[in-house]
Amino acid sequence: MANQAAIELKNITKTFGSVVANKNVNLRANRGEILSILGENGSGKTTLMNMISGIYFPDEGEIFIDGEPAVIASPKDAFDYKIGMIHQHFKLVDVFSAAENIILGLEEQGRYNLKAAEERISAICDQYGFELDPKKKIYTMAVSEKQTVEIIKVLYRGADILILDEPTAVLTPQETQKLFAVLRRMREDGKCIIIITHKLHEVLSLSDKVAVLRKGEYVGTVETAKTSEAELTEMMVGKKISLNIERSEPKDAQVRLEVHHVDCSNREGTLVLDDVSFHVNAGEILGIAGIAGSGQRELLEVIAGLQKSDSGAVLYHNPKTGNVDNLQNKTPLQIRELGVRLSFVPEDRLGMGLVGNMDITDNMMLRSYRRGKSAFLERKGPKDLAEKIIEDLEVVTPGATTPVRRLSGGNVQKVLVGREIAASPTVLMAAYPVRGLDINSSYTIYNLLNQQKEKGVAVIFVGEDLDVLLELCDRILVIGSGKVTGILDGRTATKEQVGLLMTKTEGGEQK
Amino acid sequence: MIVEFISRAILLSIPLLYGATGEILTEKSGHLNLGIPGIMYGGAIGGVIGAFLYENACGNAAENMNPILTILIPLLTSILFSVLMGLIYSFMTVTLRANQNVTGLALTTFGIGLGNFFGGSLVKLVQSDLPSIALTKTSKIFKAELPFAKDLGWFGEIFLSHDFLAYAAIAIALIATFILNRTRVGLNLRAVGENPATADAAGINVTAYKYIATCIGSAVAGLGGLQYVMAYADGVWSNNAFGDRGWMAIALVIFALWKPSMAILGAFLFGALCNANNYVQGLGTETQELFKMLPYVVTLIVLIITSLRKKREHQPPESLGLPYFREER
Repeated sequence: MANQAAIELKNITKTFGSVVANKNVNLRANRGEILSILGENGSGKTTLMNMISGIYFPDEGEIFIDGEPAVIASPKDAFDYKIGMIHQHFKLVDVFSAAENIILGLEEQGRYNLKAAEERISAICDQYGFELDPKKKIYTMAVSEKQTVEIIKVLYRGADILILDEPTAVLTPQETQKLFAVLRRMREDGKCIIIITHKLHEVLSLSDKVAVLRKGEYVGTVETAKTSEAELTEMMVGKKISLNIERSEPKDAQVRLEVHHVDCSNREGTLVLDDVSFHVNAGEILGIAGIAGSGQRELLEVIAGLQKSDSGAVLYHNPKTGNVDNLQNKTPLQIRELGVRLSFVPEDRLGMGLVGNMDITDNMMLRSYRRGKSAFLERKGPKDLAEKIIEDLEVVTPGATTPVRRLSGGNVQKVLVGREIAASPTVLMAAYPVRGLDINSSYTIYNLLNQQKEKGVAVIFVGEDLDVLLELCDRILVIGSGKVTGILDGRTATKEQVGLLMTKTEGGEQK
Repeated sequence: MIVEFISRAILLSIPLLYGATGEILTEKSGHLNLGIPGIMYGGAIGGVIGAFLYENACGNAAENMNPILTILIPLLTSILFSVLMGLIYSFMTVTLRANQNVTGLALTTFGIGLGNFFGGSLVKLVQSDLPSIALTKTSKIFKAELPFAKDLGWFGEIFLSHDFLAYAAIAIALIATFILNRTRVGLNLRAVGENPATADAAGINVTAYKYIATCIGSAVAGLGGLQYVMAYADGVWSNNAFGDRGWMAIALVIFALWKPSMAILGAFLFGALCNANNYVQGLGTETQELFKMLPYVVTLIVLIITSLRKKREHQPPESLGLPYFREER
């Protein structure tokens, strides 16, 4: 029993369409042990864990539980193997009480008895040191309480292999410490705990072993006691790969856009941007690097006038008039009336950027319809523009009248970027513009961004691939949990430097 | 007169209560079934067909008719029609994930067409002079009341003088309340309607719950149509006489805040409001129509109040109207 792994994965592979999410992953976790799974965004951590908990089924490979081969085809099978997963996005019914959520879907013998369940929940709370009122409704709870409900839910089902998907992403440092204390108590109780994270200091302070994934591939497992932050970062980001993206020297740099001490909170009242300050010059590409959800989206939306900020200023230096205008908390229309030519290529192409059911011409018109003088739409200009984009950017489409949603991801992006560039912007913001694109389309986009830069446009590029950021951008701003953790020179920065700044969080600084 | 008013309001409220209880069960699984008016109409014509065939088989003579079969046959044909329509709706919206509103509205149009087609055919078959078909013998058995009800004065008339389907409606609403709030099945069903991904992750068969809730809901709603024909209309079917009761049942769901027990009271209120114009003196035709709007006005007021108060328990199931697909990323 002692050297028998509680769970072992052998050569697990999973693909979604043409995207390989996991490739030949091997993993081992024992009882009485905390294993961390470390990796960047899109490295396949969550996909891997979803295969253990029955949400996805692996295309290839085997899973062993206590040495026995196991087939986990549904979440129910996972329960039967005593595997419990705590998802990053809580799976709770808001109008139910904690106890109702915990017993949901259980097939217990005997009558439905909420009282007995509540008593058992209280007993579990006492055993591991949780604080929870089983009668409390979920929608009145704070995030950390909801997480507690999720953890008790799997314990109530008798799980002894617990998987936690980025449990600390939503917690304050104090709550994190509390959670870690609970997890340590569970480890002493002989449970096997797997925790997905990208925060290095947590890995080092909590886990016994660390398994690292990079771009879906398994890099290796090391013992925490025998490793260091530097080694883990290198395993996580990998060696630098040369992409040969052209990069010209910025010419006569003058400040185009300044962001001063911007704070912004989301609907739940959590601070998503915390005192963010930086500037962008005309004729340069500023890269923004960071773990997904660190505030990149909010930052761009604050600049574009799509999101209100709590305080701070967004100053635009108008090259024509020489005026400096504050764009903070103005609507996109007001911004345009100030004569600011701002183009935004959003992350959600078909949600925010284009209308999927409309054709290319109509999508061009979305940006120009205001210019029309008569009551009728002027279709000639947009149609010419659509045809020009199709020709110049080599968009593969049957014609300008094809609905955009029928185009492939790369072609959709070309249409969107083409339209935004056609507005001859002075500031161009692009969020993950090459996500899901093949190599050739990606290079087309890089070239377009470079052309804009040479025309003197201030380009903001939010990216996830560090290799691209390091080769394309003149400067790289790193954002972590809504804070600017560093601004680096794109020509001299190393991958490790960026990686370390990305994972640097409040908790790490306090130590 | 007040006794008659109350008794009449109860009679009017029963089809609404069936429709609302059925719709609540369906909506609790996350499906907004706007096909309910059509399904109630389908349930009505189903029962009429069953009753018609049985009456004919007995040679249209009351003494040949077995009271149990007289009730059972229309009941089963009614349920058959409404469950089939519920199955169409579930197949479209659960399996094919078609838009629920469009499917529901189509089903309502379909149900009314179906009812009118069979209704018209039956009228033609008996070569009646009137554009209606009377199943008075069946209706009499459906409407059999307790023998001592007449001796109990106003109490008897209000509480004991109704047909058995009226009491069944209240019983079904109470049972539905109990199942939803006090059983594991109810907990699972509510979870499916609130958050199907959570229910799925908890090992609940979401598709099965949606299908079963929709079909049982349709069966219950269809009984409302049957009760309308057999008790309210004294067994007389004429095309389009059912009116907008189906829509009122859907309004009642909102009024009752998705609680079947509340629907009992709400249905009575709606019944009373629908009926009030006959009991208020000195109304012209135009003011009568204004009175008929009252149930909808009350529903709007409830909707405004609950929206303002924003109490989460009083909101519709969270994923009402949204299709669920597990592997959506």
